[in-house]
Amino acid sequence: MIKRATVLLSLLLLGFIFLHIAMDYSPPSALNSISEQYVASGPDELGAANIVTAVLVTYRGLDTLGEVAVLFISAAGVGLLLRRNLGAPTEEKKQRAASELVGTAVHFLLPLIFVLGVYIFVNGHLTPGGGFQGGAVLASGIMLLLLADPHTQLNHGIVEWLESTSGFGYVVVGVLGLVLAGGFLDNRFLDLGTFGELFSAGAMPIIYVLIGLKVGTELSAVLERMKD
Amino acid sequence: MSLTMDGTSIPIIVLASGLIVVLVGLWGMMSRRNIIQIIIGFSLTDTGIHMLMVAVGYLNGRTAPIIDDAVDRTQAATLVVDPIPSALVLTAIVIGLGVTALLLAYAIQIYKKNGSLSVDDCSELKG
Repeated sequence: MIKRATVLLSLLLLGFIFLHIAMDYSPPSALNSISEQYVASGPDELGAANIVTAVLVTYRGLDTLGEVAVLFISAAGVGLLLRRNLGAPTEEKKQRAASELVGTAVHFLLPLIFVLGVYIFVNGHLTPGGGFQGGAVLASGIMLLLLADPHTQLNHGIVEWLESTSGFGYVVVGVLGLVLAGGFLDNRFLDLGTFGELFSAGAMPIIYVLIGLKVGTELSAVLERMKD
Repeated sequence: MSLTMDGTSIPIIVLASGLIVVLVGLWGMMSRRNIIQIIIGFSLTDTGIHMLMVAVGYLNGRTAPIIDDAVDRTQAATLVVDPIPSALVLTAIVIGLGVTALLLAYAIQIYKKNGSLSVDDCSELKG
C-alpha cells in the first residue's frame, strides 16, 4: 500500500513538472546557429541532399560509430545470454508447420524486402532513410523467414563475415578521411560528384552501405538467437 | 496555447503526448510485477522521449531537411526543420532497440532459471 502511494505520489510530482514544461513551451521560430550552419553549408560542403544524413554520417560521424559499437555490444550481450549449450541434447518440440500462405509469401516477398532494404540504405544521402532503417528492413526479411520456418539456420560464416567486414570497413573509411581529407570520417576524399545523383556526396553512400549491412546482420543475429 | 489545427499547436500537442507517454511508461515500470510488462514500460518511456525530441526540433510550417525541388538550396535555412534532433532521435531509436533486446534476453534467462516472470521470485537482490 505504501509502495503504491509512493509510486502515485512520485508520478504526480513528475506530472506536475511535465505540465509546466508543456504549458511554458514556446516553439522556436528559427533554427539555432549550429543547425543553421549545418543546413546552409551542408549541401555545398559535403554534397548531401539529406541534411540529417550529413549530420549523422559526417558532422557527428564519431557519435554514429559509437552507436554502431553500442549496437554491436548489445548484440554480443544477447548472444552471450542466449548461447546454446552445445553438448546438451536439443529436444525436438512438435511444431505446427507454417501455413501454405506464409510459406509461399516468404519465397515471393523475401527478395523484394531485401531489395527495398538495399534501396533505402543506398539512397540514404538523397532521400529519407539510411543505413539504420535499411538494416532494420533487411532484418525484418530475416524475421519473416524465421517465422515461416523456425528451423532455418542462417549461414553463420556469411553473417559473421559481413558483420566484421562492414564494421572494419567503416573504421577504414574513417581513417581514410583522416589521411586523405580534413578529419576522421570526412567524406570528401572521394569526388563529391553531381549534387543529387546516386554516386555523389563522396564517401557518404559507402559509409551508409556499410552501416546498413552491419545493422542488418546484427539484428538478424539477435533475432536468430531469440527464436529458441 | 491554442488547440486548433492551424499548425501553431502541433509541436505542443506532440510534446504533451510525449510527456504523457513517458509518464505511462514510468508508471508501468514502477507498478508492474511481470518482467515483460516492465520492459514494455521501458519501451513506452523510450518512445515518449523520442516524441519529445522530435517536437523540440519542429518548426511551424517548415518541411523536412532534404534539399530537392521543394526546398531551394540557397533559402534552405528558412525552409526546413532542425536536422539535429532528427539525427539524435535516429541514434536514440537504435540504442533503445539494442537495450530492449538485451532486456528481453535477460528476461528469457530469468524465466529459465526461476520458472516465472515475476520480479517477486528474483531473490538474488534481496538483502
